[in-house]
Amino acid sequence: MDRKGRQRLDTVLWVLLFAGMLLALYMALLGAPREKTMGDVQRIFYFHVPAGIAGLSAFAINFAASLLYLLRKDRRWDHLALAAAETGMVLMAIVLVTGPIWAKYAWLVWWTWSPRLTSSLVLWLLYAAYLLTRNYIADPERKAFASAVFGIVAFVDAPLVWFSIRWWRDLHPSPMLETGGLAPEMRPALWVCIAAYMLLLLFLVRRRYYLECARREVELLARRVGS
Amino acid sequence: MGPNPLTYLFAAYAAIWIILALFLYSIHAREKKLREEIDGLKRALER
Repeated sequence: MDRKGRQRLDTVLWVLLFAGMLLALYMALLGAPREKTMGDVQRIFYFHVPAGIAGLSAFAINFAASLLYLLRKDRRWDHLALAAAETGMVLMAIVLVTGPIWAKYAWLVWWTWSPRLTSSLVLWLLYAAYLLTRNYIADPERKAFASAVFGIVAFVDAPLVWFSIRWWRDLHPSPMLETGGLAPEMRPALWVCIAAYMLLLLFLVRRRYYLECARREVELLARRVGS
Repeated sequence: MGPNPLTYLFAAYAAIWIILALFLYSIHAREKKLREEIDGLKRALER
């Protein structure tokens, strides 16, 4: 895609994201009915759950891009893996911050070492280590190779996060959409918020990916100018 | 008596937007730095 086409797509994405987030905010704060037990605090759920889904999707992109880098040795896959890991960490940070706020009200504690919470924190720490490791390897090829291996290994924890509330007894609520625990009138708000977060994921990964591509081009150009 | 329930809601939504704003700002700052590097390279090539 040429530069103009990319800028046009950026604008379209930005407009869609802005409209999607506004609609998500409306649905979460006003459109969805007030929950009987938790009251308005339950509305945290509409941004907490989609952030988790989008965060895990970002790590899945990192996993796929890491595999593709190892298979094809094309640096663009490494750039995509990095963009997805950074975006995933930001989305999981949202999950790890909003979760305890919800927990303090619902369970009267900020944190408990339940399987879902612990595996989520471990996942975030693994990708923090992934990003830190990248900074300590100078050689670009070695960095890309080591990061790809690390990304594939780190992703092992993602299914544990997803299935933890299905496999083990957990204080964390069970998957609402699958178990039918979410009232039908609350579902549209959740789906709108999930769609808005998937757009956010696409927007952030894309922006970060092109930044990394540009950085690589500047690096190569600087080397040519220097020699 | 604990804080107003709406405080929890406000705190959670404020945290979300602060985290997103910080990430977007960090991307913007890195883009700006890169643009400055490109300008430096252009000047080096013109010399």
